[in-house]
Amino acid sequence: MSIFLDRETRVIVQGITGKMARFHAREMIDYGTNVVGGVVPGKGGETCEGVPVFNTVKQAVSETGAEATLVFVPPPAAADSIMEAADAGIRYCVCITDGIPAQDMIRVKRYMYRYPKERRMILTGPNCAGTISPGKAMLGIMPGHIYLPGNVGIIGRSGTLGYEAAAQLKERGLGVSTSVGIGGDPINGSSFRDVLEHFEQDDETHVICMIGEIGGPQEAEAAEYIRSHVSKPVVAYVAGLTAPKGRTMGHAGAIISAFGESASEKVEILAAAGVTMAENPAVIGETIARVMQ
Amino acid sequence: MDIHEYQAKEILNRFGVGIPQGALAYSPEQAAYRAREMGGDRWVVKAQVHAGGRGKAGGVKLCDSDLEIQAATEAMFGQKLVTHQTGPEGKGIYRVYVEAAVPIAREIYLGFVLDRASQRVMIVASGEGGMEIEEISAEKPDSIVRATVEPAVGLQEFQCREIAFALGIKPGMVQQMVRTLRGCYRAFRELDATMVEVNPLVVTSDDRILALDAKMTFDNNALFRHSQILELRDKSQEDPRESRAADHGLSYVGLDGNIGCIVNGAGLAMATMDTIKLAGGEPANFLDIGGGATPERVARAFNLVMSDKNVQAILVNIFAGINRCDWVAEGVVRALRENPVPVPVVVRLAGTNVEEGQKILAQSGLPLIRATTLMEAAERAVAAWRADTQRNPNLRAV
Repeated sequence: MSIFLDRETRVIVQGITGKMARFHAREMIDYGTNVVGGVVPGKGGETCEGVPVFNTVKQAVSETGAEATLVFVPPPAAADSIMEAADAGIRYCVCITDGIPAQDMIRVKRYMYRYPKERRMILTGPNCAGTISPGKAMLGIMPGHIYLPGNVGIIGRSGTLGYEAAAQLKERGLGVSTSVGIGGDPINGSSFRDVLEHFEQDDETHVICMIGEIGGPQEAEAAEYIRSHVSKPVVAYVAGLTAPKGRTMGHAGAIISAFGESASEKVEILAAAGVTMAENPAVIGETIARVMQ
Repeated sequence: MDIHEYQAKEILNRFGVGIPQGALAYSPEQAAYRAREMGGDRWVVKAQVHAGGRGKAGGVKLCDSDLEIQAATEAMFGQKLVTHQTGPEGKGIYRVYVEAAVPIAREIYLGFVLDRASQRVMIVASGEGGMEIEEISAEKPDSIVRATVEPAVGLQEFQCREIAFALGIKPGMVQQMVRTLRGCYRAFRELDATMVEVNPLVVTSDDRILALDAKMTFDNNALFRHSQILELRDKSQEDPRESRAADHGLSYVGLDGNIGCIVNGAGLAMATMDTIKLAGGEPANFLDIGGGATPERVARAFNLVMSDKNVQAILVNIFAGINRCDWVAEGVVRALRENPVPVPVVVRLAGTNVEEGQKILAQSGLPLIRATTLMEAAERAVAAWRADTQRNPNLRAV
């Protein structure tokens, strides 16, 4: 199967009765995702978009066998919802919510480490577009039709820039095994390195595309990992060459505050690890096509 | 969100951190009065602006009389203080802090930050206070002591003792140092700060440990649960365009170039700026109008970008995912009909229903320049800007 989710993966949506959550739950169902329920405290027993709503994640898991969740809960309650999913035995969680306090995310990450590795939930996001395995299932808010099924694994911090890459691939008839958004926040559930590990093990993924940006140490950490552990070709683009130091560029995590966090430094570090760099965002698809030949 | 030094000191003091005696003034007369009220024979007056490097820029003055204070602050009030952190436009001085001078025996650097590698709160300290942390790491890296805080149990006393001893604090004062460190951590933790910096933290010759300067930055995402912190926001210290954008839920950062950008999504916005640069131009701003790109947001974005008088061309780059290009195109057309802009506008749409979107732009009768790829859009925006500045050379920014 593809990494994280498949056609059969049983999915719930936390916060499903909200306007946006409901819209995207419908899009996910129409895409073919196996959405089996939703969770909204106090609305247990109702039905939303044709699936049952539960009061707690534990109830949803015991009644539907849910394995994955999409957290679509407003920022003040989002961290709590992620921990609830981790405790209920959910295996994979995508959190879309933008605006979760950083210290809440520190606590979430600490909390997830209560569980032994084999039972520990994998979290991607928050503040991301989600994960899609084209032709199989979609756990997120992306437009499913811009992705063709194929063998390129995408890991990116940005939503629309990831769409741009997928669309460039589609134009060349190239498809995607899985595209994973890791989000634009400073404290996130999974890093580039974490997802690279999954793609390296995944038979359906032949080439990996990383879309990074300014701020934080995760691109450099990924470069170190690629050098010693990744046998598949990796293509990368890093956004923000023109971004000034010390200013937050939209994403809470997109800020150059230390050495090695600027786009040019990240490009240098990744290139030195053997990664093929797309020099500008317009040639991401072209660069991947060249590497695949 | 940033706050002033005097506000950060008041907060830290509430959490048990020692500070020198001081008071705030809104005029030179008030500053002189504050000093008389406080007593003593030596004071420091400090311009309250949201930037570091005030001392070197003339924003901190040592005074020996109330007359000196009056003279020193008269030269400050209403002026722009330009430090290496403010940019050439500087930041306005509307408040000064008058503080009793203290006998300094030694200076320490103390910082609490969100460390993204360990994903924890990290304490950074050095016996080389008074210098900026960048300088310390470059010149005296061995003097830096670090500790990370286990989030489940918080900062422990032994960690504070370790730091105190590593900094060479004498045994009789270690408890005072422990109280200072724990106070800073509790303020950081309870108020959702992203940075607490005390530089310098001083040991006085009469054995007190005091925060001589203090800087706190708060997590914008957590302000919803700290209304008392939100009240400390000082808009006079913000770029007016950036604060107006933030009030409308748009994310804007002003830059020095001439090509205005309107993009949906932070990553794509940065990528668009990079492409403009690559095509030979300079972006005038970063602007993320959000994934949705509703017509209202597009209209606001045009107003915002045009409020920068250096803008001589605009590049709109929207990847319509869930929203369709035809809908985005209608928004662009409507915004430009209601508020025509006097500079060339290049529009690049991609994603769902792109052909219909292009058709709407073409049939609008507006002088829009259309582009298909990101590179083409950037090249056309740069070409349009060049042609325009040649026609109107007086428009060219200096």
